[in-house]
Amino acid sequence: MNAPETMKQFRPKGFRHVGTRPVRPDGVDKVTGKALYSPDFKAPGMLWGAILRSPHPHARIISIDTKKAEALVGVKAVATGRDLPTLESLVMHVGEGASDIVDVSHNCLALDKVLYEGHAVVAVAATSPEIAREALGLITVEYEELPFVLGVEEALAEGAPVLHDNVFTKGVEPKPEKPSNAAMRVEMGGGDVEGALASAAATVTERYTLEPVHQGYIEPHACVASWNGDGQAQIWTSSQGHFAVRSLTASVLAMPQSDIRVTPLEIGGGFGGKTTIYLEPVAMVLSRKSGRPVRLAMTREEVFRATGPAPGAVIDVRIGADAEGTLVAAEVEFLYHSGAYTANDAGAGVSSAIGHYRIANTRVVGTEVLCNRPAAKAYRAPGAPQVNFAVESAIDELAGKLGIDPLELRLKNAAAEGDPQTSGLPWGRIGWVECLEAARAHPHWSAPLGPNQGRGIAGGYWGNYGGPSTVNVSVAEDGTITVATGSPDIGGSRASMAIMAAEVLDVPYEQVRSVVADTASIGVSMVTGGSRTTFATGMATVQAAEDVKSILCQRAARMWGVSDDQVEWRSGAVVCLEGEKQGQSMTAAAIAGRSFHSGGPIAAVAALSAKGWLPGFGVHICDTEVDPETGHVKIVRYTAIQDVGTAIHPDYVEGQMQGGAAQGIGWALNEAYIYGKNGKLDNAGFLDYRMPVASDLPMIDTVMVEVPNPAHPYGVKGVGEVPIVPPLAAVANAIHGAIGQRLRDLPMVPDRVYAALHPEG
Amino acid sequence: MPSTAFHAPDTVEDAVALLSADPTARPLGGGTDLIVQMRSGRLSPGAVVDLKRIEGMSGVRRDDEGFVIGAATPCTALKADAALVAAWPGVVEAANLIGSVQVRNRATMAGNLCNASPAADSVPALVAAGAVCVVAGPSGLREVPVEAVPVAPGKTSLASGEFVAEIRLPAKPAGGGDAYLRSTPRTEMDIAVVGAGVSLVLDGEGTCTSARIALGAVGPTVVLVEEAGAALVGTKLDDDALAAMSKAVQAASNPIDDKRGTVSYRKAMAGVLARRAVLIAASRAGAKA
Ligand SMILES: Cc1cc2nc3c(=O)[nH]c(=O)nc-3n(C[C@H](O)[C@H](O)[C@H](O)COP(=O)(O)OP(=O)(O)OC[C@H]3O[C@@H](n4cnc5c(N)ncnc54)[C@H](O)[C@@H]3O)c2cc1C
Repeated sequence: MNAPETMKQFRPKGFRHVGTRPVRPDGVDKVTGKALYSPDFKAPGMLWGAILRSPHPHARIISIDTKKAEALVGVKAVATGRDLPTLESLVMHVGEGASDIVDVSHNCLALDKVLYEGHAVVAVAATSPEIAREALGLITVEYEELPFVLGVEEALAEGAPVLHDNVFTKGVEPKPEKPSNAAMRVEMGGGDVEGALASAAATVTERYTLEPVHQGYIEPHACVASWNGDGQAQIWTSSQGHFAVRSLTASVLAMPQSDIRVTPLEIGGGFGGKTTIYLEPVAMVLSRKSGRPVRLAMTREEVFRATGPAPGAVIDVRIGADAEGTLVAAEVEFLYHSGAYTANDAGAGVSSAIGHYRIANTRVVGTEVLCNRPAAKAYRAPGAPQVNFAVESAIDELAGKLGIDPLELRLKNAAAEGDPQTSGLPWGRIGWVECLEAARAHPHWSAPLGPNQGRGIAGGYWGNYGGPSTVNVSVAEDGTITVATGSPDIGGSRASMAIMAAEVLDVPYEQVRSVVADTASIGVSMVTGGSRTTFATGMATVQAAEDVKSILCQRAARMWGVSDDQVEWRSGAVVCLEGEKQGQSMTAAAIAGRSFHSGGPIAAVAALSAKGWLPGFGVHICDTEVDPETGHVKIVRYTAIQDVGTAIHPDYVEGQMQGGAAQGIGWALNEAYIYGKNGKLDNAGFLDYRMPVASDLPMIDTVMVEVPNPAHPYGVKGVGEVPIVPPLAAVANAIHGAIGQRLRDLPMVPDRVYAALHPEG
Repeated sequence: MPSTAFHAPDTVEDAVALLSADPTARPLGGGTDLIVQMRSGRLSPGAVVDLKRIEGMSGVRRDDEGFVIGAATPCTALKADAALVAAWPGVVEAANLIGSVQVRNRATMAGNLCNASPAADSVPALVAAGAVCVVAGPSGLREVPVEAVPVAPGKTSLASGEFVAEIRLPAKPAGGGDAYLRSTPRTEMDIAVVGAGVSLVLDGEGTCTSARIALGAVGPTVVLVEEAGAALVGTKLDDDALAAMSKAVQAASNPIDDKRGTVSYRKAMAGVLARRAVLIAASRAGAKA
């Protein structure tokens, strides 16, 4: 059911709770170390699983001999891809992106071929982790090694090894005759790009490249599964969506979803990478075979070798403007690493490329390219940062050619409400112009720079989402409130839900507690992804809280013997407006205390598919200082400006902006997978996969611009993903400012910057 | 299943006996290399012999010749010794670039040295300072210059049953100063792409009378570049002398291309870092502690 029309309206008013910064309900557990994360969970009688992974980037599995492992004392179960049911192809949309369930299954345990180094091949469960590891050493897998390919251009070249013989580029009509590594092609745009570019006063034609990067969550993937003889099962795991874990696992195992109960554990970071499954079906099979609960947990190394990076890319941009700086045409063509299976970033990449500018003639084409790397997975604004890096670098280059200030060039061409997106649909109430104006007014933009310093600016956006959420708001006998959602809390959403319910009910924040309920205890909710939770689950929270308020009013009216319209909710209590009891009030505690004898327990469920979401826009300003002798880039000042709709809990909004900026800076400066010539990953750990540490970053200043979403009761827009979009180009543009040279390949590691500064060597 | 015995002897003699009894046995300092390598399966020693219980193995002492640093002294403890910091700030800083505070609360310089990584941070600074190890073994104690301990990545010259008991640093020479700099892509929690340790002495006129320059991560072991030191001696560290020193450093660098850096970048950085470290060491020498 959708929210009633009245609910969808933004109600600007003096908020009592919205916009405050109370302590999060899960805060104490987290800072005291009590919070139960995935790898912490244990069940009685539990076995320890371990997974044997492919040492080859691409190979055919000839045979698997597990006899010795099975004979080892303490080993209770061994599973291979043959233990998973054979499935029909079915594309499942569970969150940020869609996956074919056959691919999901083969990624959990390879069947005939391994497609990347680290691909899971055999799993064992034993009475101790040591025995499980020892058992892996007793397994013999015979492989026929195949040629492999890691790069997107190489993968499309004539004669490249083709990963799947059943992939014929989707989105190409007519269907290609031969299978290829081009998994999917998406194209958008219109007008006469060639003509407009030919008559443009200034054009930029350049190629930009990025490396795949990992989401870098600290908590590795882990789960415990227990599957009984009667078919019912329980799974304990952390994820961005336990309903997605349930539906994917049930589909891989061809079993009813209601036979699986997934209990969400505290999540230690996901950033999009935990919207899928890797371990759950495997743990389930091992549990069914052994009759015991089975735990599987990845090591850091396994996380790097086998879980989803964001795609790297090769991006060609052609963009032109007239002499006044009006953009006349843009063409963007990009290739994204899809990894071992068809990923889903190209579509979002196409719609996130140039839609923030008013350009009459556009052509944006994105292609997903299969290669022998782990299957690409969603990472914060999946598909957007790559193409944004190219476009926002090119805009900077164009500003240089035109001699126009890069901020003014952006402002001159910035799309506003009513302007068409790349798809042709009009933009809604977006705050992009407001962000650019805030950037111009910010003291950072005009602050003086020191020697070897440069300043860069970049803007970007992310579409955000709404979608299905279920929320149950219930009143305890003492009048306190519980908000149960099906949305894992990855960024403070429990606090935000409590704030919104407290706002509706006008009760103290501490009177409302918010929890994430398991799949058997609340209705279906989509993943926490697409920056949807505060918007969509928030909308359901508001609706359920409104319903609870109505029930409380009805109960009070009944007790007073007046009609429903003779009472009103004021300051957290029902007030009698007419009759003998006029002026009397009844609190939730008084009503709930008597509820067992006056209508029963008080609760309301809102199950809705939220519509009316709006995209978010951000503008980042970055100052770098480059050591001319060493090529080291230091970020000396950074300001993130973003249209956040309404900040329900400003601390957590600012936290998202800072976190996104930090991850984007890492992508720009140091993060990259380093492969050996043998196709094996050489830096599967945080030591050499260099995410920024605290001392690599300045304090990231934030400016929240609030342009409320008219379709949400409190004006919410998604905020979590936007802030990773602009940093890549903001850093690159700042480096250009510092050294006077344009670097177009990420990451801008010291030796690359040094090589640009010292071409003589 | 392979198992590992754990021993925590109280005396040097017991430690030597335990290490001699099993050629795969490993001494344990802070364990910040050893435990990591055992967990990853790279190393599975039959026995681990913890050195921390042995009397005198932790802490910094002074004797007639200078400083005596017990092999099990964690890097953060070096910072607490004001006299050591005043005499050898470069060594103390180098040891306190290792990892993070948590790592340094356990990690030792002896472990850094005996792990024999070409990129070990404290080693070039120790070599530049002219530090010497006191090695305990089945035939008693012997002294070995620090640069003679590592012989190849992961390999030392220590014989079976031997371990480093002490690291000795001379007293600070009059007009002496030292420094260590490293290049890493990140500011912390990173492994040196290049490291440069410098120790020099200036006379009252500012003329360099001796200089030792040692490099990390540009060869299989630490490199003591005598030509680089010689290029400074007799000069006032003018631009020409510094350029000659940098050239000698680059000539002595024989790095590899790997995930942490390219050959050409490493060579270039060796020259830059050595020059910068010389200037810091010189300013410390001028400061006359
Ligand atoms: C997160 C992290 C970051 C790190 N960062 C850095 C860094 O920035 N720079 C750097 O140089 N290193 C770094 N290291 C590596 C390590 O911390 C250092 O090498 C440290 O100095 C090792 O000292 P330890 O006392 O912990 O050695 P241990 O782990 O105890 O021992 C290391 C090796 O030396 C042997 N050994 C130890 N003591 C003796 C002895 N007295 N005599 C003979 N053999 C001995 C051991 O058997 C073992 O083989 C890092 C490690 C980690 C985990």
